[in-house]
Amino acid sequence: MNIIIVSIISLAIIGAIAALILHIIAQRFKVDEDPRIDEVEKLLPGANCGGCGKAGCRNFAESCVKADSLEGMLCPVGGNNVMKQIATILGKEAHEAEARVAVVRCNGTCQYRPQINTYEGAHNCTITHNLYAGDTGCAYGCLGCGDCVSVCSLGAISIDPDTHLPVVDIDICGACGACARACPRNIIEVRKKGTKGRGVYVACMNKEKGGVARKACQVACIGCGKCAKECKFDAITIANNLSYIDSDKCKMCRKCVDVCPTGAILAVNFPPKKAVEQVVSNNSVEPTTQSDN
Amino acid sequence: MKTFSIGGVHPRENKITAGQPIVTAPLPQQAVILLSQHIGAPAQCVVEKGDSVKVGTLLAKANGFVSANIHSPVSGTITKIETVADGSGYQKPAIYINVEGDEWEESIDRSESLITQCDLSAQAIIDKIDQMGIVGIGGATFPTKVKLMPPPGMKPEVLIINAVECEPYLTNDHALMLAKADEIIVGIEILMKAINVDHTYIGIEDNKPDAIELFKQKTQKRKDIEVVRLQCRYPQGGEKQLIDAVIGRQVASGALPVSTGAIVQNVATAFAVYEAVQKNKPLIERVVTVTGKSLTKPGNYLARMGMPISQLIEVAGGMPEDTGKIVLGGPMMGRATANIDTPTGKGTSGILVIPESKAHRSEPSPCIRCAKCVAACPMGLEPYLLSKAVAIGNLEIAEERNIYDCIECGCCSYSCPAHRPLLDYIRHGKGKVMAIMRARTSEKSNS
Repeated sequence: MNIIIVSIISLAIIGAIAALILHIIAQRFKVDEDPRIDEVEKLLPGANCGGCGKAGCRNFAESCVKADSLEGMLCPVGGNNVMKQIATILGKEAHEAEARVAVVRCNGTCQYRPQINTYEGAHNCTITHNLYAGDTGCAYGCLGCGDCVSVCSLGAISIDPDTHLPVVDIDICGACGACARACPRNIIEVRKKGTKGRGVYVACMNKEKGGVARKACQVACIGCGKCAKECKFDAITIANNLSYIDSDKCKMCRKCVDVCPTGAILAVNFPPKKAVEQVVSNNSVEPTTQSDN
Repeated sequence: MKTFSIGGVHPRENKITAGQPIVTAPLPQQAVILLSQHIGAPAQCVVEKGDSVKVGTLLAKANGFVSANIHSPVSGTITKIETVADGSGYQKPAIYINVEGDEWEESIDRSESLITQCDLSAQAIIDKIDQMGIVGIGGATFPTKVKLMPPPGMKPEVLIINAVECEPYLTNDHALMLAKADEIIVGIEILMKAINVDHTYIGIEDNKPDAIELFKQKTQKRKDIEVVRLQCRYPQGGEKQLIDAVIGRQVASGALPVSTGAIVQNVATAFAVYEAVQKNKPLIERVVTVTGKSLTKPGNYLARMGMPISQLIEVAGGMPEDTGKIVLGGPMMGRATANIDTPTGKGTSGILVIPESKAHRSEPSPCIRCAKCVAACPMGLEPYLLSKAVAIGNLEIAEERNIYDCIECGCCSYSCPAHRPLLDYIRHGKGKVMAIMRARTSEKSNS
């Protein structure tokens, strides 16, 4: 009996002493952390995608709390909504940023860009790209092995089994840019997202001269410059035999879509419009509105 | 019989063109000369559209230390300087020449006579080799002059001539050895003088008994050149493997082969050196083995550079109907070409036509951890682990396990019973790891 009491008492004393030591150490080495960091982190999506340019969501939350102003800080996945809530918590001014979305700048489906050889190596775009020009004649187009799909932490991008091209779900895409960085051919670009996801862009990255590009793909940009002449907003530039539409300047009038001889310029998510649907290029390729983006 | 110490495989040899004499291929109507026919910086074009050139006229100058001159293999007029799709399908800069007649530069000695006397100094020989655009034509196309000038502190003791030709199907070196033995021996003497060594080993695999006999007979009276009979084993033609097989020294991880005291040169390169130094002839033609079981006239053809491979296949009896794949080089290290009109270059040792029924890889299945790849790897690596590490993006493990030592011989993929594309991943990871290592060293040297 005696031994039990002695044990309990001695254990209690040891426990009390240890608790005291731990308490003193905890007080001495306490790290003062702003409780707002936790609050901000809770608001963030937690995808740790790196789209904000920080190492992860926690790191972004810390930077938001530290920063004097929220200008230029944007969680592309959470968007303006989340940034507004963060601004309220931190008592800072909210800065509206335009919504952006990943866009696949290649429209080389099997129909437009026939397969000329078979690739049987490792199923990986970067490996294929380093090895050779790909199983079609185009050395700039999509290889279809899905490096972009495997890096997307939100599951917003998938390969269409019919066209073998990646398709971005604009409702899910957080514009973090991981797919754009993974693509060895830089086909994916993060562009301004228009109302209802509308967008006008050149769906081609082929920098070869017009003849070579066209031989590889029916809907290749041949760098003719018609679109640039047509554009009233200076949104289109031609470099390296390739047209580029600046999404920040584009007013989406779609005049360039109408004049493009090869149908390389796509206008997506617009309601069907007769004038657009009737455009028929020289090779009867139909560059109509596409809803797959 | 000697061979290298670890790994290796012995694929079926299939040397169907062995023993066939060298046949000169007809001139093409149009020659397309790639500006990058060697490892290193592409050469810089020194001619213009409309210029008329002779055989041997300098077309492009070496651009930097690791680069090589390119001379015209044909005579005619330059029609354009543009791009051409090479074997990979990517557009590369090239010079198009419309072939007119066959007029050679006067400085080139076209006679058949053997010139054994060479009075040039070592430096003059190296300069000549540099000027004539000689590269290692065993396959890697590394500029020969760079190999002949080892970094300070490394003293070559011995020259090893690579006459192994371990790739299945290829017989171009074999044919050249039988036809030009005397010239090759003079070439070896010149190389020995250039690097100042007094002993040479010629490594020949025992599937070429006639070549071994011939060279033994030619060198029996001399002590400085020794023929070494080697057991057939792939990749014995690899520089590190050959040094191991012949003199029993191993190249340390990350070190240059010359650190073992041996300089390795291909037997065809020795012949090119003879022609360059003694005959003033630049590297403008080479023996190409056009082979494949479905071809009607496979053989060893002496072809000028810049000839479309489709024309060489025509010479060899025409493209068989059931062709499924055309490989540039041998079946182990060669690459399937995406374009049959790609021109030949200094490194085109063979053109292998494979019928459709044999052209495809088998569907890969999961790794069964049998470690056949580990046993086959001649560099002592763990291919299954490296490929997995690269596939999941863990380059730290790949670097720790010496991925940069891979010589890309393909023994791992060849031996894998699950048909996994091991080398595809390892090659990719090797490139990435080496880029990281280079960035790290340049960062260190900057700070």
